[in-house]
Amino acid sequence: MDDDRAEFRAEVAAWLQENRPPEPNFLLPESFMEVGTDAQFNYLRDWQRCVYEAGYLGMAWPKEYGGGGQPQAMQDIVNMEMARQKVPFMPNTIGLNWAGPLILAIGTHAEKQKYIRGILSAEDIWCQGFSEPDNGSDLAAAATRAVRDGDEYVLNGSKIWTSLGTYAKYMILLARTNPDAENRYAGLSYFLAPMDVPGVEVQPIRKLTGEYGFTQTFFRDARVPADCLMGKEGEGWKIAMQTLTFERGASGGQAGGLSMVAVSAADVVELACNAVRDGAPAIEDPLIRDQLIGFLIEEQGDRLCGARARIPALCSERPGAIAMSGKLRSTELRRRLCQFAISLQGANGARWVGDAHAFADGLWQRSYFNAFSATIGGGTSQVQANIVGERVLGLPKG
Amino acid sequence: MLLDTASNFFRDKSPSAKVRNLIGSANGYDDAVWQEMVSLGWSGLAIPEDFGGSGLGLAAAVSIAEPMGRHLAALPFISTQLFVQGVLAGGSDEQKSQYLPAIAEGSIGTVALFEEAGNWDLTSATAELKAAGDRFTLTGVKTFVTDAEVADHYLVTATLAGEPALAIVAKAEIPPASLSRETVIDETRRSYRLVIDGVELSAANVIRGERARNALAAVRDAALLLISAESAGGIAGVLEVIVEYLNTRSAFGRKIGSYQALKHPSVDILIGLERARSHVYHAASLLDAAEDAEVALRMAKAESSSSFAFAGDRAIQFHGGFGFTYECDAQLYLRRALWSQYAFGDAAHHRKHLAALLLD
Repeated sequence: MDDDRAEFRAEVAAWLQENRPPEPNFLLPESFMEVGTDAQFNYLRDWQRCVYEAGYLGMAWPKEYGGGGQPQAMQDIVNMEMARQKVPFMPNTIGLNWAGPLILAIGTHAEKQKYIRGILSAEDIWCQGFSEPDNGSDLAAAATRAVRDGDEYVLNGSKIWTSLGTYAKYMILLARTNPDAENRYAGLSYFLAPMDVPGVEVQPIRKLTGEYGFTQTFFRDARVPADCLMGKEGEGWKIAMQTLTFERGASGGQAGGLSMVAVSAADVVELACNAVRDGAPAIEDPLIRDQLIGFLIEEQGDRLCGARARIPALCSERPGAIAMSGKLRSTELRRRLCQFAISLQGANGARWVGDAHAFADGLWQRSYFNAFSATIGGGTSQVQANIVGERVLGLPKG
Repeated sequence: MLLDTASNFFRDKSPSAKVRNLIGSANGYDDAVWQEMVSLGWSGLAIPEDFGGSGLGLAAAVSIAEPMGRHLAALPFISTQLFVQGVLAGGSDEQKSQYLPAIAEGSIGTVALFEEAGNWDLTSATAELKAAGDRFTLTGVKTFVTDAEVADHYLVTATLAGEPALAIVAKAEIPPASLSRETVIDETRRSYRLVIDGVELSAANVIRGERARNALAAVRDAALLLISAESAGGIAGVLEVIVEYLNTRSAFGRKIGSYQALKHPSVDILIGLERARSHVYHAASLLDAAEDAEVALRMAKAESSSSFAFAGDRAIQFHGGFGFTYECDAQLYLRRALWSQYAFGDAAHHRKHLAALLLD
């Protein structure tokens, strides 16, 4: 790293150390999908605002709209420092990583002016309205209706698994404007919809961990201004797919910051050093050692794939393989890592968060359950495998 | 890029039908192809220019080994590279001058490292070098000596006064009866048992002490790198075979690749392939930079071995009844995967060593 960057990195490191919020006296969520209490939300939102106002968020976004107008490399340095110091994540994930990049990529000047700054400052929280109760994976089957009436659209229907629904000001919404289109894709439209209009009701859903973090959203004759429509009617599917490429990490342009609490094989090694199984330190058990090394090899393989993906000459046969399989690999590894971590605790694996004798405050048990939010949400692992199989390997669709 | 050139070369020179034909041949490979590789400078690519090679370094050999593995080519390339690395790391200047230029011109070398106990620890050799004045005699039985019949020279591990040592033995010095062909699971290979009964050597043929330790480490590193690269290529090859079949064969009115039970494990194979390649290239880059690569090499071997074995296994299964036949190419890859798995330590062996390196 050259001198300028080294200096910048030191500056960021120092700032983070000095300005990170103190550990709260409540459990923090592991990702934006688990923000369930006002205390959690306010803590994280204040932190994001603080990071943005210091100039460390959206550094590569256009200055005109509230970004920093700087090279992506600067934001990468900030992201790395944040990960290294394990600071709390940025809660406005959908805005920062999907809606924001989408609006910057294809939005109008007016849309950029209206939305970008609020995304960065966390003044405007964003949620996503894609999945519905009857179709979680099959987004093209969206039945939520948007009917044009004068200079408004009238929304009716329901979206589900709406993370941050309780706190969101805007929703990226996929709705059906034309039920009689030539095919089901052509009848969909994409809206940047306000949540704070009459007729929008948000109902929290309790997660398997017992906590909250997502919601079901009901639209009952909710009216939104017609200029909430992004692009033209009938372009909804195309725009939704573009959103998903941002969501699945296949495109750049994200604003920066961390999206979730990281879990690494090194954390599980440390746990093994401190855990006792069958009367002996877990780290001494040959079977546990073998499994730990297995995880380290897998994790290192994924890390190296991330590096190799940036060298086109080394990915020439299947340029998209690493990007398109990223979510599948990392989320499934996380799930198995957390699952394995519980096994290191012996009988105490059966304890839960809040028990006085729970190992590491029961956080591995909680992390394991929460890991399903990533293997199921954002395109299930099975859907991901279908996509990789079809688009990367060229296998036939079902 | 060398990788692209080599990929096209082996796709052209090593189609499946030819691989099968060569199984029944005397030496297991097409000498015309070997001579072409020699003339392209590939057999000598890791030999320094001072000794007649291209001076590209061992990492460049990955670009040859990987496509060789993809197309199941069984030329004596890796054997020769292991010989080269041993001599480079442990040989005296005289020894390097004696053997390396000839290799660059097409001479074939191989290594005789293993013995009946099947121990992967290269320092566990019991073949014995006995000093007698300023000469030595070598006695012992070596197994899994690949390409022994066509090699001009062998680098043999032995013990000398209780310490690991190596002997460079000319094939011409070995009575023909000393070599017997082993029947191994990978039919493309030529693997031999070498019985050495008091071959006489001068000090010029012996590598001992610190030099011997360096040579063994270099041979081990090169073997892990090149077999992992070859295996990574093998995964790509068998995946190509699987995908072709899944896109061609129909059952219940649909192409069988449309069934998730076949589609999803194929993606798992792809993921194993990408991870294996990444590990191999990373290990190669560390070796290129003369950095400690033991962890990276063992990870590469563990990943490539287990992923290739998985891919070969699934290839049989996914070809249905046809997969159970000799005619189906799946068995060629599965046999190669198992050969590679058990060469120089399987995945579990390397995980055990990695545990000592990373967890203690």
